[in-house]
Amino acid sequence: MTTFILFLVVMGIILIAAALYAVIQKDLLYAVLATGVVSLVLSVFFYLLQAPDVAITEAAIGIALTTIIFIITIRNTTRDEDIYSEDLINRFKNKEDA
Amino acid sequence: MLKKIFVWFLLAVLGIALYASFGRAPFGENRVGPTDNPATVSAFYLKNSPEKLQTANSVTAIVVNFRGFDTLGEVTVLFLAATGLASILYRKEDEEGEHLPVRINLPASSIVRTGAKILFPLILLLGIYIFVHGHLTPGGGFQGGSVIATGFLLMFITYRRFGTNHKVMVWLESLSGLAFVLTGLYGLIKYGSFLQNTPDVGHLNDLVSGGLIPLIYIFIGIKVSTELTNVLDTLMNIKPKKR
Repeated sequence: MTTFILFLVVMGIILIAAALYAVIQKDLLYAVLATGVVSLVLSVFFYLLQAPDVAITEAAIGIALTTIIFIITIRNTTRDEDIYSEDLINRFKNKEDA
Repeated sequence: MLKKIFVWFLLAVLGIALYASFGRAPFGENRVGPTDNPATVSAFYLKNSPEKLQTANSVTAIVVNFRGFDTLGEVTVLFLAATGLASILYRKEDEEGEHLPVRINLPASSIVRTGAKILFPLILLLGIYIFVHGHLTPGGGFQGGSVIATGFLLMFITYRRFGTNHKVMVWLESLSGLAFVLTGLYGLIKYGSFLQNTPDVGHLNDLVSGGLIPLIYIFIGIKVSTELTNVLDTLMNIKPKKR
């Protein structure tokens, strides 16, 4: 029982740490991967709280589909969090030229 | 800097609001009440789903039977989202007249390719199992459909040339959605209300039991899986802009 509670505490700490990392991190690729970790731990929690159907959904959609959709978005836009980055400004300039 | 303060402020407001609403609810207490003589809605569902509908999974009984009309709305929302995405992003041909998907710059290693080839049918089988057994075990159409979509995702990111037949997927999606509505209309015509279940519900824990529930969940499973696969296929085929 004590090992189980220890496991729960460690998982909770990982959950909160990954969520905070996703907010703080400037590089959006790492932030998206951190949200994937959040979903992973959450699905374990859903399973332990006797909601296995929610756990299946969270595992499939939260870990795989949402993460990959965000990664595709990052590939097509920009990896930097700062909206006024040089890269983005240059791209808009190039679009106006063309 | 201001943006960051704003983000933290919003998070704090969200946290306080969540705590204020859920903090007062007693944790782990039985608020359902007795199921023999139901006084609450949840007790009513827990009593009637095994007794009247012969459905072992009462979540499925609620989603497909008691609240079936809401599920039709949810499926419609997903359909509209997929259609909107496809109408914005889907391109039949590239500028060069090519139809080849442009996905990853490097081919996957042979370990990943072999593993994906072995895992893909197993993932499909698991997804089909989940939605066929939706009325017996945890899970159902949405869960099974999203599991199948992850299997297709594995193939999409492993093989550069792997693609689904867009026409077949769209037809499957539309036909399964139509079948869901037709099942509802069948209940309306024969028994007097939309999505009404048949009185012939079989025995508890049989594979064919629960009347129309497994049938509807199979339709939902096909619809969700094809929709999510279409969304992924459309997103994967966007050509990345040159830097």
